[in-house]
Amino acid sequence: MPPSAAHGALRRAGSPFTGLGPVFMKELSDHLSSVRMSVLTLFVIAFGALPVAFALQDLRNVVISDPYLFLRIFTVAPERVGLSFIVALNFVIPLMAIGLGFDSVNSEFNRRTLSRVLSQPIYRDALLLGKFLGGLATLAVALVALWLIVLGSGLLLLGLPPRGVEVARGVGFLIVAIAYGGVWLAVSMFFSVIFRSTATSALCALGLWLFFLILWPMIASAITLGFAPTQITSIDQYTSLQELGLALQRLSPGTLFSEAVVGLLNPETRTLSFVLPIQMRGAIPEAPLPLDQSLLLIWPQVTGLIASMIVVFAAAYVVFQREEVRA
Amino acid sequence: MAENVIEARGLLKLYGSQRAVDAIDLDIQRGEIFGLLGPNGAGKTTTILMMLGLSEISGGTVNVLGFNPVREPLEVKRRVGYLPDAVGFYDHLTARENLAYTARLLAIPRSQSGRRIMEALESVTLADVADKRVATFSRGMRQRLGIAEIVMKQAEVAILDEPTSGLDPHATFELLEMIRGLKRSGVAVLLSSHLLDRVQSVCDRVALFNKGKIALMGTVVQLANQVLGAGHPILVEATGTDVAAALRGIEGVQNVAAEGDAWRVTADRDVRAAAAQRIVSAGGSLTRLADLQPSLEEVYTRYFQEARHAA
Ligand SMILES: Nc1ncnc2c1ncn2[C@@H]1O[C@H](COP(=O)(O)OP(=O)(O)OP(=O)(O)O)[C@@H](O)[C@H]1O
Ligand SMILES: [Mg+2]
Repeated sequence: MPPSAAHGALRRAGSPFTGLGPVFMKELSDHLSSVRMSVLTLFVIAFGALPVAFALQDLRNVVISDPYLFLRIFTVAPERVGLSFIVALNFVIPLMAIGLGFDSVNSEFNRRTLSRVLSQPIYRDALLLGKFLGGLATLAVALVALWLIVLGSGLLLLGLPPRGVEVARGVGFLIVAIAYGGVWLAVSMFFSVIFRSTATSALCALGLWLFFLILWPMIASAITLGFAPTQITSIDQYTSLQELGLALQRLSPGTLFSEAVVGLLNPETRTLSFVLPIQMRGAIPEAPLPLDQSLLLIWPQVTGLIASMIVVFAAAYVVFQREEVRA
Repeated sequence: MAENVIEARGLLKLYGSQRAVDAIDLDIQRGEIFGLLGPNGAGKTTTILMMLGLSEISGGTVNVLGFNPVREPLEVKRRVGYLPDAVGFYDHLTARENLAYTARLLAIPRSQSGRRIMEALESVTLADVADKRVATFSRGMRQRLGIAEIVMKQAEVAILDEPTSGLDPHATFELLEMIRGLKRSGVAVLLSSHLLDRVQSVCDRVALFNKGKIALMGTVVQLANQVLGAGHPILVEATGTDVAAALRGIEGVQNVAAEGDAWRVTADRDVRAAAAQRIVSAGGSLTRLADLQPSLEEVYTRYFQEARHAA
C-alpha cells in the first residue's frame, strides 16, 4: 500500500456524476410511460381545468378593459367554483410530486435492483440526483402542458393574444410552480430513503402535507396568540405580532408558493408583508408594478422555496449515503 | 500485474461490537473459481459487499484488480460483475431493456451495446425471451439474466452471491455450467454458497467461513485431508480372491472397510491403479473401481461438529 492510502481513503476517485444521464433518462421515461402518471395527469387536468373553464366564462361576460386580463384566468376565483386556478395548483402540485417521489428509492430496495444498479460504475450521488431530476422533469412536463392548455384556451375563448409581459409573468409562475413541486418531490424522496415500506413513506409525505395545509396555520396563530400581551398598547406591538404570525406561516412551502404567485400574477401587489391600512396612504391603489419590481418582491419567497428543496434533498442524500444496500 | 485478482488483508467489518467479518486474509487468483462457504450469518455477503465498495470497511485493506474499492469504487465496479443474492430486475422492462439500462450505466457505446446484449442473452439461452417483460421470468431465468449482465459487461471478475439458492436441480446444473463458461472465457469467479455438493463440483478452491473468520481454505481434497484425515477414498468391488487382504497390502492404504458387497479403501494417495493390478494378479476379477471424491458436505459437517465440541 502506498503511504498515501491512509488519508487517500477519504477521497473518492471519479466524478460523482458518472451515470447521471442514464438514470435521469430512465426515470423520465419510466414516469412518462407509467399508469400512475396518466392518473396524476387526469387529476391535474380535472383540478386545473375546472377553475379555468369557469374563470373564462366569468371573464368573457364581464368585459372590462383590464391590461392584465390574461393573468386573471389564473387568479380569478369563479363564483360557481370558489376556487382559483392557483389555489387548485397549491393542492395539486404537492400531491403530484408526492405521487412521483414516494417510492423512488425504497421500491428499488424492494425490487432488489438497488445493489445490482449500485454495482455498476455509479455513485449513490448520481443515482439519487438522477431520480430527483427525472421526477422534477416529469413534473415540469406536466405543468408546462397544463400551462399551455390554459394559455391556448384563453386565446380561443377570450379571442385576444396575451401581451409580452403577461407571458413573461406566466413563465415566472411556471418556474415558481416547478420549484414548489421540487420541494415536495424532495420531501417524498426523503421519506422513500428513510422507510423501506412504500406505504409508510407515502403516508408520511401526505401527512406532512396535510399538516402544513391544515394544522400549521392554526398552530402558527396559536403561537402568535401566546406571544400576545394581554393588552396591545401600541401600533408597533400590533405590527410585530402580525409579522411573527406571517413569519411562522412562511415556514410552510405552500405559503411561500402562494405569496410568490400572487406577487407575480397580480401585478398590483405592492408588498407581501403585513401593512397597516395607514401605510397604504399615498400609494396609488391598483397601479400595477413593473415586472422587475414584482420579481424583486417575490425574490425571498422563490429563494426560500429553492433553498428548502436543496436542504431536504441534502438530508435525503446524507441518509442514503449511510444506508446498507443489502435488502 | 500479480496473479491475484482480489487480495484482502486483515479485512474487518464491525456492526457495533459484533465482528461480522473478523480480520480475514483472502487471495483470489486469476482464472479460478473460488467458493466462499459457510452457514447463514457467517459473513459471506458482508465480505463481498466490502470488496465492491458497497459497504464501508472497518479495518484492513482489500485490493481488487489493483484498485482500492474504498477510494476507486468506480474503477472496481467497471471491471467486476456482481450477481446479488436474490437478484432483482425492473419488472416492467424486457430482458433486453434491463440490460440496455446497465449498458448505458457502463457507458458502452450504442454501436456495440445491441450486439453485446444479444450475445450475452444467447450465452445464457435467454435470446428467445429477450423481448418479454421480466415480470414473467422464473427465478432461474432471472438468475441467468444476472449472469448475462456479467457477460455483457465483459467483467474480469464475477462475484456471485448464492447463485444457486432457490433453483431446482436442473436449473442449478445449468447455472453451474454457465459459471464454468465464465471461467473458460478467463473470468475469475468468486461465489458464495451453502449448497455444498453443488459448489464442490465447480470450485477450484474454497474457503470455509465460520463466525466471520476463515476456518479452512484450500482445494476440496486439501480440506478433506485436513478435517477428515483421509486422502483418496476409493470403492472396490471384486470377486474370486481375498479382496480385503489384497487391498491392505498396497502401499499407502490406511483402512479397508466393507461397504455392502464392496470395499471402501482409504489411502493417502490415489491407489486405483495399484489396487486393480493387485486384484488381477491375485486371480480375482474386478467388477468395479470408483474414485470416491471426499464430500465437502462431510468436511463441513465434521468441521462444525468439531468446532462445536471445542467450544
Ligand atoms: N446492517 C446490519 N447491521 C447489523 N448487523 C448486520 C447487518 N448486516 C449483517 N449483519 C450481521 O453480519 C453477520 C454477517 O452477515 P452476512 O449477511 O454477511 O452473512 P452471510 O454469510 O452472507 O449469511 P447468509 O448465508 O444468510 O447470506 C450476521 O451475523 C448479520 O447478523
Ligand atoms: Mg449472504
